[in-house]
Formats: sequence, C-alpha cells, structure tokens
Amino acid sequence: MTRNNALMDAIFRNVTRFFAFGVFSLLAAILVSLLIGSSLSIEKFGAAFLWNDNWDPVQEDFGALVPIYGTLVTSAIAMAIAIPVSFGIALFLTELSPPWLRRPLGTAIEMLAAIPSIIYGMWGLFVFAPLFQEHVQPLLIDSLGELPGIGALFQGPPMGIGMLTAGIILAVMVIPFITAVMRDVFDLVPPLLKESAYGLGATTWEVTWRVVLPYTKVGVIGGVMLGLGRALGETMAITFVIGNAHRLSASLLAPGNSIASALANEFTEAVGDLYTSALIELGLILFLITTVVLACSKLLLMQLAKQEGART
Amino acid sequence: MGTVQELDKPKLRVRDLDFYYGSFQALKKVSLDVAENQVTAFIGPSGCGKSTLLRTFNRMFELYPEQRATGEVVMDGENLLTSKRDVSLIRAKIGMVFQKATPFPMSIYDNIAFGVRLFERLPKGQMEERVEWALQKAALWEEVKDKLSQSGASLSGGQQQRLCIARGVAVKPQVLLLDEPCSALDPISTAKIEELIEELKNEYTVVIVTHNMQQAARISDYTAYMYLGDLVEFGETDQIFLKPKEQATEDYITGRFG
Repeated sequence: MTRNNALMDAIFRNVTRFFAFGVFSLLAAILVSLLIGSSLSIEKFGAAFLWNDNWDPVQEDFGALVPIYGTLVTSAIAMAIAIPVSFGIALFLTELSPPWLRRPLGTAIEMLAAIPSIIYGMWGLFVFAPLFQEHVQPLLIDSLGELPGIGALFQGPPMGIGMLTAGIILAVMVIPFITAVMRDVFDLVPPLLKESAYGLGATTWEVTWRVVLPYTKVGVIGGVMLGLGRALGETMAITFVIGNAHRLSASLLAPGNSIASALANEFTEAVGDLYTSALIELGLILFLITTVVLACSKLLLMQLAKQEGART
Repeated sequence: MGTVQELDKPKLRVRDLDFYYGSFQALKKVSLDVAENQVTAFIGPSGCGKSTLLRTFNRMFELYPEQRATGEVVMDGENLLTSKRDVSLIRAKIGMVFQKATPFPMSIYDNIAFGVRLFERLPKGQMEERVEWALQKAALWEEVKDKLSQSGASLSGGQQQRLCIARGVAVKPQVLLLDEPCSALDPISTAKIEELIEELKNEYTVVIVTHNMQQAARISDYTAYMYLGDLVEFGETDQIFLKPKEQATEDYITGRFG
C-alpha cells in the first residue's frame, strides 16, 4: 500500500493556512471598507469629529463626542458593577458553595447569557427603569447628588432611562460571561497549590486573593475583556434604555447615546451621503476603541508578568 | 494490629483515628505516637492511607466536605480534630510540603514572605532576615540569593521543592509534614532534601510519607507500615527493617508483597 504522505501534509498545511489568513484578510477588508465608507465624513470634519458634541442631521454638522462618551461611560459603569459581582459569584461557585448547589447555580448563570439582548432591553425599559425611577433615583439625587464633586454625576430629574440605567442593564448582561470564564479558570488551579497556601494558615480570602487570582490572572483578564468587548458593542438593550439623546450632560441619570445605539437608530433614516458617512465613521471609531482596549489588556498582562518576576 | 507502642514524650498522639471519604473508610482505628524532634516515616502501598493520615494532622481534609475524621490527634494536650480554635492557627503550627512543588505565582522572596505575613507584621529588615534564614535552612540560599525577585516558577524542580520547604519552615511551625516530597525529583535533588530532613529534625518534628523504602530506612527514626487503612506495624526504624514482628511487614519491605 502506498500513501502519499507528503502530498496530504502539504494540502492540509495549505488549507489550514488559507483559513488562518482568511480571517486576517476579513479583518483587513472590514477596516478598509469602513475607511472608504467614512471618507466623506473624515474629509469634511477631520479630527474635530472626535470632540464635536453636535449631531445635527438638518445642518449636516456631525460630531462623535456624545456617542463616544456614552459608550465609554456605560461600559465603565457596567464593568464597575460586573467585575466584583462576577468575582464573588465565581469564588462562591468554586470555593465556598456546597457541591449540590454548584450545578444548578452555574446553569442559572449560563442561562442569563442565553437570554437575547432585546429581552434585556424590554425588561429594562418596561420593568427596571420605572422601578429605578421611582425608588432608587430619587434616593441617589437626594444623597450622592448633594455631595460636592461627584454630586454632579447624580443630578437632574429622575427619568428612569439614562446612562446609569444602561450601565446597570449592561452589567447584568456581561456578568454571566465574566463569571463563566472566571469560574473555569479558578477550577483549573491545582488543588495542591491551594492546599499549600491553606497549609500555611491562610484563610479562604487570602488564598483566593493572593494565590488563586495571581495564578489565574491571564484568564481573569481575558474574561473581563470578553465582557468589556460585549459591553462596548451591545446595541439593542442599550437602545431601549439609554434615551438616545444627542446631548452631553455630566449627570449619569440623564439620557445619552452610545455609538452602537446611534447606528441602530439612525441608519434607516439617514438621508444624504454625508449622514451615512458620519455613521460609518462612528462604526470605525467603535472598532478602534475595541482594538485599543484589547491592546491595553495585553500591556496590562505584560506589566503584571514583570511584577511577578522575570521567568528565565 | 498490636497494642499501641507508647512513647515517652510524643509530639502528636493519634488514637482510634477513623477516616472516611464519603462512605469509604480509608483509616481504621489508627493509633500511634509521633516522637518529638525525630523523623517518623509512613510507608505502604498506594491507597493504604498514609497520605490520608498525614492530612488529618493539619485538618487539610476539611477543605473537602465529603471527607471526615473521628478519633483523636492530640498535640500539646489538645485534640486537633475537635479543637474550637481557628484552623488556620493549627495549620500555622503544622507545616506541609507536597508531592509536587507548588511555588506560588510570585517572586522567590514573596513565596517565603507570604506565610510570614499572614501572622506576623515584620519590618522590612527583619523580614529580609527571616527570608534568608528560611532559605538557609532549606539549603537554597546560595543558589537564589542573587535572584530573589525572580519568579518562583523559574527555579528547577529540586529547587522549587526546597523553596516549598523553606516556605514551610519560615512560619516556624513545630511539626513538618512531608507528603512524598521527593517523588518527582532526580537522585541528586533527593539526596539534598534527605540531608535537609536530617538537619530539620534538630528543631522540628518531621513526619514523612514515602514510597521509597530505602529512603525511609535512611532518614527516619520511627516507621509505620500501613496497609488498606490499617496500621500494620509501628516501631523504631531499625526494628521495622531488621526484625519486623509482622509477616506482612516483612513481605512488604523485602519486596515479596502481592
């Protein structure tokens, strides 16, 4: 029996290479088409597009500041809530929960991830926002809103919808992703490593904070980035609750806009080449923001590796 | 199983110790004394319960809800198994080193300082002295003194295991439990660690679980032979290896086992 091993290997190698480069060229193609699509807007507004807070389809004067700000702020709120909560859930599931509770609880968390985002949006608009408006926002305005400095973040009328609401809904949406990744990487920590720390007399918290977390930091940061990527690009749920107002306001309770929801809302009604082009430029900016976030996470990991001590 | 051979001044007194993994009984009424400042070795085939016995001494099994132990493990007049004291205080007194080296994901210096920081708040100078002292004890200082800020994971396997011993020594425990500390090491590293155990017994009570009978004969003062959860024979190492009382012990140490 003769086999043409060399030929098979060559075919296999080239097919896999084709797939790998296919992804790469797809990425390049998307970037190029975004650039071409937005060229009109880039020529007209230049770099000022980034810090112009005006968005006036009638006068055809477009600036991206409001949606950029809305995207970053809602994602920051979401992360500020989701990271500690996910860490707590993952810690409970892997270290503290009785075994019979682990599976149902883990499944419930995973189910949260399976809920379509439009349902989160509807729930946010019809259920969460009214409750938030009636019970929580007045409280925030009366307490935190009175403080100097951060008070500015919690002022204005309680409207229910707004950037804070959007951030909280986003947090609920990304918690299952971050939790799932954290739980999986915590499970990978060798039991002996944990026992070594317990053996020295460390408490569960000390073992988790000082040993498990440093050991799993690459995975944990990966999970956080996965959540952040989703938060930055989330469209439907945010469109429901953010208010879609092209207005820059200091208060988190005020309605704002995010890049993704501006795109979703306005593409159908965009008349004129410049309007469309400005929207495409918004998309390009979102693309760049996620790229920068990814690059920052890589830098963070390199920095952490340095702190731990060089591996020779 | 004979009567318990009582020692004059035991560091640990184990009486009627039963241990269960769920419904499986892994230790059956084990009773023995661990002599102070001596090396006690537990030998026996895999699954005989020798590691399990070791893990009851610092209540490590409590991390796993389906494992439980009944009986007595008495140290300094207190039954450790029923002690109401914070378990982390007990573990700080009874250090443990495992089969595989488990350096923490931090620098060599921090690996040693980690345990110390849990219980003592030392100024920088004293902490540095303590780290050096512990590394000296583990015969590792000369090899790592110029690279204390490097990752513990950058060391060789034998060095990592000595780092773990240094880490255990640094908190100044009274008892050191070694669970097959040389099973993953080459002969030269093994020899270094055996030398080290000889040294350590001047200040610590050492209990070692080992698969290697020559090792038990070389380094221990007392040996316990266990089989299927029973303590078959316990006595001075010379007696166990030269004139075992039980036929089963003789069969095992002469290699006529199974």
